[in-house]
Amino acid sequence: MDFLSNLISGLSLGSIYALIALGYTMVYGIAKMLNFAHGDIIMVGAFAVIVCINTCGLPVWLAAVVSILCCIVLGVLIERIAYKPLRRSAPLTVLITAIGVSYLLQSVAQLVFGSEMHSFPKVISMPTIQIGELTIKGNALVTLVVSAVIMVVLTLFIGKTRMGKAMRAVSEDKDAAELMGINVNKTISVTFAIGSALAAVAGIFYGSTYGFIGPYTGSMPGIKAFVAAVFGGIGSIPGAMLGGLALGIIENLSKAYISTELSDAIVFGVLIIVLLFKPTGLLGKKIKEKV
Amino acid sequence: MMNKTKMVPFPSHAIVPERDVDKMPVLDARNLGMDFGGLVAVDDFSLLIGRTEIAGLIGPNGAGKTTVFNLLTNVYHPTRGAILLDGVSTEGKSTAQVNAMGIARTFQNIRLFSDMSVLDNVKVGLHNHIHERFLSAVTHAFGYTKAEKKANTRALELLDVFHMADHAFALAGSLPYGAQRRLEIVRALATEPKILLLDEPAAGMNPSETLELMNNIRKIRDEFQIAVLLIEHDMNLVMNICEGICVLNYGKIIAKGTAEQIKHNPVVIEAYLGNKGE
Amino acid sequence: MKSNKARRKNYITYAIAVGAFAVTMILIFTGNASRHMQSMLVPICINIILAVSLNLVVGILGELSLGHAGFMSVGAYAGCLFSIYMEQMLPAVIRFPLAMLAGGLVAAVFGIIVGIPVLRLKGDYLAIVTLAFGEIIRSIIINLNFTGGAAGLKNTPQDATFISAFVVVLLTLIVVLNLISSKQGRAIMSLRDNAIAAESCGIHIGYYKLMAFVVAAFFAGVAGVIYGHNYSILTAGTFDYNKSIEILVIVVLGGMGSIRGSMIAAIVMTVLPEALRFLSDYRMLIYAVILIVIMLCSASQTVLKLKEQLKAVFFGQKNGKEEI
Repeated sequence: MDFLSNLISGLSLGSIYALIALGYTMVYGIAKMLNFAHGDIIMVGAFAVIVCINTCGLPVWLAAVVSILCCIVLGVLIERIAYKPLRRSAPLTVLITAIGVSYLLQSVAQLVFGSEMHSFPKVISMPTIQIGELTIKGNALVTLVVSAVIMVVLTLFIGKTRMGKAMRAVSEDKDAAELMGINVNKTISVTFAIGSALAAVAGIFYGSTYGFIGPYTGSMPGIKAFVAAVFGGIGSIPGAMLGGLALGIIENLSKAYISTELSDAIVFGVLIIVLLFKPTGLLGKKIKEKV
Repeated sequence: MMNKTKMVPFPSHAIVPERDVDKMPVLDARNLGMDFGGLVAVDDFSLLIGRTEIAGLIGPNGAGKTTVFNLLTNVYHPTRGAILLDGVSTEGKSTAQVNAMGIARTFQNIRLFSDMSVLDNVKVGLHNHIHERFLSAVTHAFGYTKAEKKANTRALELLDVFHMADHAFALAGSLPYGAQRRLEIVRALATEPKILLLDEPAAGMNPSETLELMNNIRKIRDEFQIAVLLIEHDMNLVMNICEGICVLNYGKIIAKGTAEQIKHNPVVIEAYLGNKGE
Repeated sequence: MKSNKARRKNYITYAIAVGAFAVTMILIFTGNASRHMQSMLVPICINIILAVSLNLVVGILGELSLGHAGFMSVGAYAGCLFSIYMEQMLPAVIRFPLAMLAGGLVAAVFGIIVGIPVLRLKGDYLAIVTLAFGEIIRSIIINLNFTGGAAGLKNTPQDATFISAFVVVLLTLIVVLNLISSKQGRAIMSLRDNAIAAESCGIHIGYYKLMAFVVAAFFAGVAGVIYGHNYSILTAGTFDYNKSIEILVIVVLGGMGSIRGSMIAAIVMTVLPEALRFLSDYRMLIYAVILIVIMLCSASQTVLKLKEQLKAVFFGQKNGKEEI
């Protein structure tokens, strides 16, 4: 039973990673860039909730909506200002720019909120459920359910709608998509908007799971979600979900049964082993250069 | 392993069996086959190339010609069949090892080291013939100067075959198209191959450049005493310089013979015209 | 002749290094160098070694590695443990070079262990795996006893001096620049430009990738040893992926594949944050903005054109297509 509770909190953590990883993977698929600043959007989303609730006294649902909107605007702005001019540049130039944006978000947050940790307001008031010996934290349950719904909606959106089709087309071949009359700029903006919205949701859950937020809070879950995205096969949406969930479970189980300090090392170790056997991740496409 | 010096009579899969330019084949491909996930790209491909033969591999687009080159150089490992180079099997060897054994090639879509100089491109080709160890590389002593000097001289000699020595210090990527194709041939020659595979060497060349190329291919064969197998769509070039021609369609050999024989072969005509007529 | 030009370029790089060293020494002996300025000299040397060696992987081999700090930490711990145990037995003059050699070799061994499985991966996958390795090394060091754990490794003798660090910088430059203009260096660069063609020229891809990776790891390790012998205390937290990224930023700003660029960028990027210290809280913000602006400028057509024009004015030449 203990194992099952650990598994469930692992799933809940994993679904947070999955939400962030989805943003990574969608942006990678479409813009072929590693958006290193993506992790910091989580931090911005969480701080937005803190400000809305503690300073403005907004209700939780409104705070969540404001936070999501903030992140969407931020994500789209970052793409327009920093990434768009670099679309034809070397991947490393884009990577360094993304790192610059990440530093920028962190330092602005530090200037505004200080470098100390801020306690995150209680936004999820679901009691802990006890079924026999099985304990499920309310927080974990809500995280799990909401993330599952989001992932289903996202899958339907990408599979069924016109915009989803456009996104898939742009990620296959930007130039061909443009020739087919797809508005590439708009599609990329929408992708960044969705990714940032997911990051905001992840930020809220992350805040309510750990209870504290600081200017650098976003970077470690960001890196881990990035690992999750690669683990599942970067560019693949089901891969990001699978990778995120797997990572959360591995992390939680190794914390519970092996060592708290070594849990990160184990997570990274599993990634390396998976990549050695499947060089493009679990669900990644095999790319072969034509000779 | 077969004795290298032993004379072997030409088996029946030689392109031109009665031709007697040399008695021992340099390349012997036996029943090569390659499947890509159920799709048969090349099937039952057998070919014998004489030591100093210039042979052509032709066929409509998508016939599998470049796949044959990729099989011969172990870029793809053949699903079936065997390749013998001078009687030694290349099975299980890496592309680099196959090159060291004596097969060099050029590419249909030019693959130069574009950020390196023309000279350095050729020196990469000379790689396995430059005797420099790690210690001499990092110290520039212990024989470094001598080895580099020798490599430079040899590289310039090779470039001179195509009259390119004057441009030795230009960036390879900055060369015009025709020169890039020629540089690829020089680089392949630098690896001291026994057989040179040229993938559409005349593509994008004007008639006078093509004429020069034809002379150069003959010159290479005569001076270096090596075999040449080339893929080419320029029929004038193929018919003029190839002593034996092999026609591929849908991954299978449909005809073999001299230029005269191929020109009048009804199966070949149908493969080409049938393809174009649609 | 271009080979002479390449050699001249190398001499200019050495001249800049030696010149900067001479000027600094004069400043120190004439009493014009503040204590604060002097404290930055060894870190500058460390960053030059790190950037030049990482450039071998990123710029010359063309593979993205985010694990350079991991090799630095392995070397640092190995070298510092060596010095701590040998402190009574050997004088500093012998101990410190041996410690650097030990640190470099241990880092190189880790380079081989990590490189053999990992270098089959490409691009972003390689980047994330090297990052992961760096983080694993860090976690393990924190959880070991003989490394001092999370509290850090203390009491390393402070053997590092500006002069010894500069000697290592010079050695690094010589090895890397020599390597680039050798058979091995050409093989490494050919992999960057076109791996398939390189292989068809008889070049063993895995061997030369590993060579670049291991040489870089060796020097990262040596830099780590100097770091430990400069500050006397090591904490594993110093060598996280942010440190790797910091080095990568130096390499990219200096210009991929340009060793001289790495050297100059390392000096600037070590001095700049210190020079911006008066901005206190805004320092990080300014740094981030500078980074983004430089990257955007490097891609901007107008800036590129301006650069070409400036080049034409100063050197009277254009990068036109060469006719044949």
